[in-house]
Amino acid sequence: MHNYAIKVENLAKDFGELHAVDGISFNVASGEIFGFLGPNGAGKTTTISVLCTLTKPTSGRAIINGYDVVRQQSKVRQSIGLVFQDSSLDERLTGLQNLRFHAMVYNVPSSVRDKRIEDMLNMVELWDKRNSEVSTYSGGMKRRLELARGLLHHPKVLFLDEPTLGLDPQTRNRIWEYIIELGKSEGTTIFLTTHYMDEAEKADRIAIIDSGKLVAMDNPINLKNMVGKDIISIKTEDDSKAIEEIKSRYAIEARNDTNNGLIFNVVNGEEFLPGFIKEFTTKILSVSLRRPSLDDVFLKITGREIREEGTKDGIRAMVHGRSRRMHH
Amino acid sequence: MGFLSDGVDFIQFMFPGIIGMTVLMSSFMAGVSLVWDREFGFLKEVLVAPISRTSVAVGKTFGSATVALPTGIIILLLAPLVGVSLSVSTVLGIIPLMFLLAAAMGSLGILLATRIKSMQAFQVVMQMLMFPMLFLSGVFFPVDGLPGWMNVLVKINPATYGIAPIRQVILGGSADSPFNISVFGHTMSLWDNIIVIALFGLIMTLLAMWSFHSQE
Repeated sequence: MHNYAIKVENLAKDFGELHAVDGISFNVASGEIFGFLGPNGAGKTTTISVLCTLTKPTSGRAIINGYDVVRQQSKVRQSIGLVFQDSSLDERLTGLQNLRFHAMVYNVPSSVRDKRIEDMLNMVELWDKRNSEVSTYSGGMKRRLELARGLLHHPKVLFLDEPTLGLDPQTRNRIWEYIIELGKSEGTTIFLTTHYMDEAEKADRIAIIDSGKLVAMDNPINLKNMVGKDIISIKTEDDSKAIEEIKSRYAIEARNDTNNGLIFNVVNGEEFLPGFIKEFTTKILSVSLRRPSLDDVFLKITGREIREEGTKDGIRAMVHGRSRRMHH
Repeated sequence: MGFLSDGVDFIQFMFPGIIGMTVLMSSFMAGVSLVWDREFGFLKEVLVAPISRTSVAVGKTFGSATVALPTGIIILLLAPLVGVSLSVSTVLGIIPLMFLLAAAMGSLGILLATRIKSMQAFQVVMQMLMFPMLFLSGVFFPVDGLPGWMNVLVKINPATYGIAPIRQVILGGSADSPFNISVFGHTMSLWDNIIVIALFGLIMTLLAMWSFHSQE
């Protein structure tokens, strides 16, 4: 039998009428960085909740490190680490106290406890702030502390639910450095959800989930090859005329995108463009060429953009977080 | 100051009740801390840890009882001011009784907190329960000779049986003390009261565990 860290078979979770997760199956090899990608509400967080034993599946099964998530909850919990979308730190304790509590409930032997806490805090560069109350930490510091905490008991699988949501680009990069370093040095299997495409590209393999169903699963390069061609977007004075001309001249169907003008795909765009600009008769206002990204993969598979929904929800989460803080 | 009976004046009568009231009010905070943990997300860290939900519920109850205890002890230290004399054995007897009352009421708070998710709703429900429980527990008046309907409410109020033993120990209640509670004609002894409040606490804890387990 292959040594899988995560095995999921026909997993489903219903909330009343809603099929949040609708019969998904996948395996994650030991040591792999596995990206779980999809718009908000696609079922990513529900899947993580089931895998980490917080939610019981409606049907199907999931095995983590050889333990069943329904029947061997305690063993599953001992062998996984988690970083949630929303902070799960005790804000009234210091960083050090949060880690000590974690070490105790996860049975980290007291002989190695202090040393390990120190190592982890140094890794995420929070050792100097260890005696400050977590409520004084910035968003990035909190996330780094959670990452350190999630790793404290040396989990075989680390679940990261939107680990960089709402963080600034600099902090996002730092957190990613830790994650990739960890995969290499400890051989930790990493399961992460995100709706940032550039982050998903760092994964070894990506599963795309939409409305509770897996719609694609492969490594980032193969997924991008699915889209294949380069993407050209142009702005013209007369879009409908331009669509006609592209169709008659190159036999390519261009589509109208509200944000980017006209979009069409060509093989080898760099060689195509100079000739195109010279011979095209409809007046062109601007031209841009880009290689396909996972955004395009997502668009192609689901027919929707991932980022629009993502950004809106990100802001909502931030506003929600702030109003929550104001209550206290 | 008029004497109620046995040479006990009203302030002396009230004093054990005030201790009970203080302990009861702070022990309800167990539930608040659970709601708080949920609201701030920390509960998630606890729920995914490899520890049983039972130990979480029991731990919260005992934690709040431990916090409630010093508040009761502070009131207890004021005893000489109201003319209540305390011996070492009295104090040693009262401490476990305060802890028992706090743990029993704390587990009720935990039970509520497993189902009530918002801080606002929890505070409303808590006050709706706490004030009737306090007023109808014999904190402020002897429960003897009350009108029939009130008598029933006092007797089904679990706090009554938490506060009565504290009073019995402090005022040295004898078997024929007028402050004793009688249920169906049976006069509740110190141990009878302790058993009732302990049973109540046990049932609340079991319900809280069940409620906690059955979630998600």
